[in-house]
Amino acid sequence: MTVHNLYLFDRNGVCLHYSEWHRKKQAGIPKEEEYKLMYGMLFSIRSFVSKMSPLDMKDGFLAFQTSRYKLHYYETPTGIKVVMNTDLGVGPIRDVLHHIYSALYVELVVKNPLCPLGQTVQSELFRSRLDSYVRSLPFFSARAG
Amino acid sequence: MAIFSVFVVNKAGGLIYQLDSYAPRAEAEKTFSYPLDLLLKLHDDRVLVAFGQRDGIRVGHAVLAINGVDVSGKYTADGKEVLEYLGNPANYPVSIRFGRPRLTSNEKLMLASMFHSLFAIGSQLSPEQGSSGIEMLETDTFKLHCFQTLTGIKFVVLADPRQAGIDSLLRKIYEIYSDFALKNPFYSLEMPIRCELFDQNLKLALEVAEKAGTFGPGS
Repeated sequence: MTVHNLYLFDRNGVCLHYSEWHRKKQAGIPKEEEYKLMYGMLFSIRSFVSKMSPLDMKDGFLAFQTSRYKLHYYETPTGIKVVMNTDLGVGPIRDVLHHIYSALYVELVVKNPLCPLGQTVQSELFRSRLDSYVRSLPFFSARAG
Repeated sequence: MAIFSVFVVNKAGGLIYQLDSYAPRAEAEKTFSYPLDLLLKLHDDRVLVAFGQRDGIRVGHAVLAINGVDVSGKYTADGKEVLEYLGNPANYPVSIRFGRPRLTSNEKLMLASMFHSLFAIGSQLSPEQGSSGIEMLETDTFKLHCFQTLTGIKFVVLADPRQAGIDSLLRKIYEIYSDFALKNPFYSLEMPIRCELFDQNLKLALEVAEKAGTFGPGS
């Protein structure tokens, strides 16, 4: 089991943070373009899913998987989106994504007066805490990389 | 436990077959007196609840029937405009049925081609080499399973999140497609599937899968 990468978007589609651990293939486009493509895909999936759903949804879109990876999605009521790509063996990780939002983003970025909202997060503390949190996850394994 | 619907999408992203197998009823009927304590608005040629969530009527629900007469779009079956009718105090008390708006065939076509592009983007953004597109998409109310054949046709099944055995069902649908659409001399490739035998066998396969999947893991 392994974690490939993590995106953090705000409600306007700005990529607040991106980090990767075991990413074996790049998208082949500039990073900025990749963030836009990722946000655009999630935006469309959200509208797709809300139209397709046979019942009223609460959490909405949770995850999708392809033959090689699984994308986990968590969105807060304020529109912050946490997206983590892992391999297929990882189960539901809503609590992990929620922890990244509530214990890391809110504590270290929102409550930090030096971090302007709506821009890429520059805080070194946030980056290092996030990195060590992800590395400490039970499904994060270095040997797969 | 249920399979909600089946879509077949050709390699260009066009919807060539769609079947709604089971739609859970999430409807609420209530009698109102004037003035209506809900805010209704017209959106995409449908009358939707914009404000005033109550008694199982949720924001985003559409007006499905008025006094037992079905509503299609913004008109009732007997040709009256919904908003105009509900704006007239003489028509009250009135009983209105609300529910999730059903997809029109145009919307289904649009959603099918939308999924076709999402599928492609999903494989482009992969962090691993050689990834396929979206094979399974999970939400809290349903799971979407997709199987793409080597020739590019996509079979998409929407099912209950707990329904098991969808992978084998998708292969079975491919088999039915090969046997009853492709081998039908009147069927032209990439075109909408209108074959009676395909219909019958698909419905049969769905029934079998629903029954078999009930005892699967997670049920």
